[in-house]
Amino acid sequence: MKELGLLTYNEVEKIYRKKRFAVVLLILMILVPLFIYGQHREQEENLKKVGTKDWRIVLQQQISDSQNRLNSSNSPEEFKKIRRLQMEQNKYYLEKDINPSVIGAPTFLRSFLTLGISMFIPLLVLVVVIDMISGERADGTIKMLLTRPVRRWKVLLSKYLAMFLSVTIIMTLVVVIAYSLSGIVFGFKGIDAPILTGFSIVNNELVTSGIHSIPQWEFLLMCIGLTWFVAIIVGTLAFMVSILVRNTPAGMGAMFASLIAGGILQGLASSWEGAKYVYSVNLDLINYLSGATPSLEGLNMSFSIITLSAWGIIALIISFVVFTREDMMG
Amino acid sequence: MSKILQVENLTKTVKGKNLVENIEFSVNAGEVFGFLGPNGSGKTTTIRMLVGLIKPTNGRVTIAGHDVFKDFKEAMKNVGCIVENPELYGFLTGWEVLKQYARMQGNISDDRLREIVEQVNLTERIHDRVKTYSLGMKQRLGIGQALIGRPRLLILDEPTNGLDPAGIKELREFVRFLVEKEKMSVFISSHLLSEIQMMCDRVAIIDRGRMVTVSTVEDLLHHHSGDVVEWIAEPIERARDIIASFESVSNITIRDKSILCKVDQTLISEIVQKLTSNGIAVSKVAEKTITLEDLFMQLTTGSKPSSSQQSSLDLKEVH
Repeated sequence: MKELGLLTYNEVEKIYRKKRFAVVLLILMILVPLFIYGQHREQEENLKKVGTKDWRIVLQQQISDSQNRLNSSNSPEEFKKIRRLQMEQNKYYLEKDINPSVIGAPTFLRSFLTLGISMFIPLLVLVVVIDMISGERADGTIKMLLTRPVRRWKVLLSKYLAMFLSVTIIMTLVVVIAYSLSGIVFGFKGIDAPILTGFSIVNNELVTSGIHSIPQWEFLLMCIGLTWFVAIIVGTLAFMVSILVRNTPAGMGAMFASLIAGGILQGLASSWEGAKYVYSVNLDLINYLSGATPSLEGLNMSFSIITLSAWGIIALIISFVVFTREDMMG
Repeated sequence: MSKILQVENLTKTVKGKNLVENIEFSVNAGEVFGFLGPNGSGKTTTIRMLVGLIKPTNGRVTIAGHDVFKDFKEAMKNVGCIVENPELYGFLTGWEVLKQYARMQGNISDDRLREIVEQVNLTERIHDRVKTYSLGMKQRLGIGQALIGRPRLLILDEPTNGLDPAGIKELREFVRFLVEKEKMSVFISSHLLSEIQMMCDRVAIIDRGRMVTVSTVEDLLHHHSGDVVEWIAEPIERARDIIASFESVSNITIRDKSILCKVDQTLISEIVQKLTSNGIAVSKVAEKTITLEDLFMQLTTGSKPSSSQQSSLDLKEVH
């Protein structure tokens, strides 16, 4: 155990000293302010349209409206439930004096993760993982690494653990930077705002029977967890590619293409059932939480998580089998 | 004498082609063993099999009694190696590189590392990044990392590549120090005979993936090269005839503008006298350095020594 710990320390030291975390940090420090500025502009446009002064009156209006309908109409229980939840949301905004169309740091982080989960964050992972093995091969340092009194599988396991830790570090950077920078601009309000969730998709219909509201921080934790899971799976695939493809740029290209293929397939293959088994169409996990209609038939939260896990496990098995048997030629 | 490294019947076949075939030799404790062969002869493939980077198709490698492929960890505890160039993490400092490998070996104190840094003479630059090192310094750091665990066997693959003459001399002295003071065995590969000749006790020669011979260096040089002397004299034809008239001279040939022959060195002054008294201008008499190619020629075909240019052509024809 101690040996494995030391080996993992070595691997993380290498990633750190190759300045990979610095690169990720730099990307975030440049792009997150850009996203924040974009959101800020959009919000200003929206506020111009809606007007800022009377949002309390509008909310009050909506609440009493819902109240009346809930009391009088004999609409189905399901609609009543959603209306009740929406009313609670509006009451919360009114009580806390939050304009619902004004963004706060929690809302920004939520949209950032929702949009970043399938491409932006996987790319940050690739920055760190894609040359973990192919890089050592190219530099020839793999020969020194594998001629120590340590079995090969153990060396590889330490690299995998280092990947795991690195992805966790990246996720921490993403969350801390996106939250704090956006908070400076938008404020930190709304961390316990009620968010609707519990949607499920059965036979391609959105089922709202399980719908309920949870505080925004809880919703955010779920988003972070799902994003972290996606990042680990992408990291595992990149790890395998780094073993199979000796040339780092080629490996980067392969991973890139497969990620983009997910987006293209979602647009093109809506009638092809098999497309849902491609890992990269399954990355948009946060959409399932907030009830967006999936782009391909048959996709839902549990299907996507199982599919991604299967890809991850198979990639891990291939990695270990290939690496421990391979001849390290020139 | 106990054997620190034993190689039996080692064969590697890739896509139906034998890269090396039936390699067999052993290294005794406390000796410097040379592994000689031209570029592309399978030296590096063999070394990669010695240290477990490549799995042999056939045969066995035993280090200090442990099979490298069945008992990798125990076997590797006894080895320090540099395979090909000393490729080290350029983005780390020399000290960080040593620390990395110390962690992989367990129980290596910083004091031990400092001792190594001093031994390989890197004290002043050890906290600089490796990418700023000269090739010689990298070579020294490479040897340093190989010594971390006080191995009983040190494997160096073409260690003098890129070293200047002073560096080569330093390396030679260091290898001697390791053998005499630290009781190590050293395995050195090279494509240069002169190098092996100066450093090694015994030598194995490999060519086109096959063993040619294993012997002590003295035997190798004396038996196979004899005392070949090179002459430059004008006019060359007459000079040759005069030299050939001595009884103990054999194998006389003219190559380019010099005469090559096998002759006992005690006869040389007598021959020179006779040449000059016959009005022949002798501008050079030298012991011919035997090139590796010459040796291969002899070992593989049993023919006489010749100049390197010629023999490398011959080599191709022979096989």
